[in-house]
Amino acid sequence: MVGRFTERFSTPGARRAGTALALALALAFPPLTAALVPDNRYYLELGFHFWQYAILGLSLNVILGGAGLYNLGHAAFYAVGAYTTGILNTKLGIPTLWLLPVAALTAALFAAVISRPILHLRGDYLLIVTVGFAEIVRIALRNNVFGLTGGPNGILGIDRPELFGMRFNTPLHFYYLSLFFVVLTVFIAVRLERSRVGRAWNFIREDELAAESMGIDTTRYKFLAFVTGAALAGMAGNVYAGKMTVIAPESFSFWESVVIFAIVILGGTGSIPGIFLGTFGMVVLPQLPFLRGLQDARMLVFGAAMVLMMIFRPQGLWPSRRWSLAVGRGLEEGGPAEGGPAQGGPAAPTRAAAGGGGQ
Amino acid sequence: MDIFQQVVNGLTVGSIYALVALGYTMVYGVLKMINFAHGDLFALGAYLALTLFGVTTAASSGSGWLALLVVALAVALAVGAAGLAAERIAYRPLRHAGRLPPLVSALGVSVFLQNGIMLVWGARPRAFQHNLSLEAGLTLFGVRISAMQIIILVFALLLMVALYLFVQRTKVGAAMRAIAVDHETARLMGIDVTRIIQLVFFIGPALGGLAGMMVGLYYHQLNFTIGWSYGLKAFTAAILGGIGNIPGAMVGGLVLGLAEALAAGVSGQWKDAIAFVVLILILVVRPTGLLGERVAEKI
Repeated sequence: MVGRFTERFSTPGARRAGTALALALALAFPPLTAALVPDNRYYLELGFHFWQYAILGLSLNVILGGAGLYNLGHAAFYAVGAYTTGILNTKLGIPTLWLLPVAALTAALFAAVISRPILHLRGDYLLIVTVGFAEIVRIALRNNVFGLTGGPNGILGIDRPELFGMRFNTPLHFYYLSLFFVVLTVFIAVRLERSRVGRAWNFIREDELAAESMGIDTTRYKFLAFVTGAALAGMAGNVYAGKMTVIAPESFSFWESVVIFAIVILGGTGSIPGIFLGTFGMVVLPQLPFLRGLQDARMLVFGAAMVLMMIFRPQGLWPSRRWSLAVGRGLEEGGPAEGGPAQGGPAAPTRAAAGGGGQ
Repeated sequence: MDIFQQVVNGLTVGSIYALVALGYTMVYGVLKMINFAHGDLFALGAYLALTLFGVTTAASSGSGWLALLVVALAVALAVGAAGLAAERIAYRPLRHAGRLPPLVSALGVSVFLQNGIMLVWGARPRAFQHNLSLEAGLTLFGVRISAMQIIILVFALLLMVALYLFVQRTKVGAAMRAIAVDHETARLMGIDVTRIIQLVFFIGPALGGLAGMMVGLYYHQLNFTIGWSYGLKAFTAAILGGIGNIPGAMVGGLVLGLAEALAAGVSGQWKDAIAFVVLILILVVRPTGLLGERVAEKI
C-alpha cells in the first residue's frame, strides 16, 4: 500500500507539488508554532536539529545510497568540517561563514586521503574500516593533536555566523540558516542524481562488475562519491560550529555515525524524501514533548526498529524506486544487487593478490 | 617501564581479545557475516557476572573458587542463550537477504543490547566486586604475575584448545568446517545447517561472555560501552589472524594485546588508536590476515 502511494507520488507533477508543499510548510513552521505555543524556541531548536541531520543524512546518502559504499564513519567528515571552522575562526579570526567552503574543502580533502586506499574493499570490510578511521579521528581530537584541537574540552568561543552585518544568534535565525542549507543540499543531491555521475553511481551500486565492463571507471566514481558526501558533511559541520560556538570530540562519536547511517537505511536508501522521514524518526520523534518519557529507551527502540525494518521492510520507509526494484530482484536471487558483483568485480585483483600471498 | 611486565600484561589482555575474537571468526566462518552484536554479548556476560558475583559473595563466605565456577557456567549458558535468541530473531530471517540487511540487523541488535545494559545496570561505571583471594602470585625474574593473570591465561588457553580440538576432531566440528566452505553442499551431505549455525551462535557468545567475566575480574570495573571497545578490538584481532580462521583469532588476539601493551608503555593516550591503525593497515595491505589462507577467496 505504501508502495503504491509512493509510486503515485513519484510522477513529476506530484513530486513538484509535494516539494513545494513541504518547502512552504518548512518556511511557515516558525510562525505556526509561535501561534500555537507562547514560547516556540524549543521547536525551533528541534527544527534546526532536524535540518542539520537531514543534511548529514543527505550527504551520507550520496555515498551509501548513491554509490552503495557502506560508510559507518560519517561523523568523521562532520567533525573535520566543524573543527576546521573552529580552529581557523578562533586562531585566525576568519569569520565563520567565510569558512564554510574551507570546511567543505578540508572534509573533502580528508575523504580523498583516507578513501583512496580503501575503495577496493568489499562492503562489510569498508564499513569496519570507516568505523576505524572515525575512531582514530575522535581519539586524535581528544588527544589535542598538533596542539590545535583543544583535547577533551574541544574548542570554545567560536564566532556566530554573520551575513551582511547581521549576526545569526537566535534559534529562529539558525532555523532559517539551516533550512537554506538543506534546500541547497537537496538541490545538489537532485542534480547529482540525475547527472551522468549519479547514473554511474547507481550503476556501480546495482552491479559493479557490469558497470566496470561498460567502461565506467568504478574506482574514480566511488572516490568522487566519498569526496562529495564528505564535502556536504563538512558544510554541516561548519553550520554546527557556528551554532554551538563550542565543539568537543564526543559530539562526533561512533553513535553519531550510527544515527546518520540509520537515518539513511530506515528512511530508504537512495531516496531523498526517505532521508527526511528517517531524520524525523531518529531525531524529532524521540524529542517530542509527549514522547520524552521514552528518552532513555529511545536507542533501545531504534535498535529493535533496525532489526524489524531489515526483516519486514529492508528497502526503507520511503524507498527510491530504483532501489526497491533492486532489492526486490535481489531477494529472489538470494542476494541483493551488490552481493554478486562485490564478489567478482573490483575484489578480483585483491583476491588474486591475496591468494598469492596466502600460499 | 619494565618490558617483560608489559609482555605479561599484554598476553593477559590479548588472551581475552582472543576469546572474543573467536566468536567473530566462527560466525564469519559459517555465515560470512560480521556479528556486530558480539561485543555487546561480551558486555552482557561481564554485567551478568557482576550481578552473580554480587549474589554469591553475599550468600557464601570463603569458597570463592566454587562461586567462580558456578558464575562462569551460568554466564556461559546465559550469554550463549542470548546469542541463540539473537540468531533466531535478527539473523535467521535474513540469511538469504544478501549482505546489507544482516549487517544493519546486527547493528540494531548491538544498539539494543548496549542500551538495554545501560538501562538495567546504569550508565555510570560499576565496581566489579568478588571475594576471590588473589593476593598470591609469583615473581619470575623480576616480573610479577598475579594470580588473576594466571587464571585468565590458563582458563583462556584451555577454552581455546578445547574449541580447537572440538572443531578439528569431532563430527560436529567437521560439519562446521563443511558449512564454512559451502552451505548448499554441506546440506546435501546431510548436515543440518541451521542446527550447526545455532551451535556456533551458542559457543561464540558463550566464550565471549566468559571473556566479559574475566575483564570484570581483571579490571574491577565495568562501563556499559565496553562491548563496543572490546568488540572492535577483538574484531581487529580476528581480522589480524585471518577472519574465519580459529587459530588465527587466537594468534591475532595475543599479537594485538602485546602491541597495545607495548604501545601503552610509550604513549598511554594513543593506546586505543593502535587497534584501529592495525585494523586499517591489515585490511589495506594484507586482508587475509597473518594466518588467513582460508579467507583468500572471500575478500
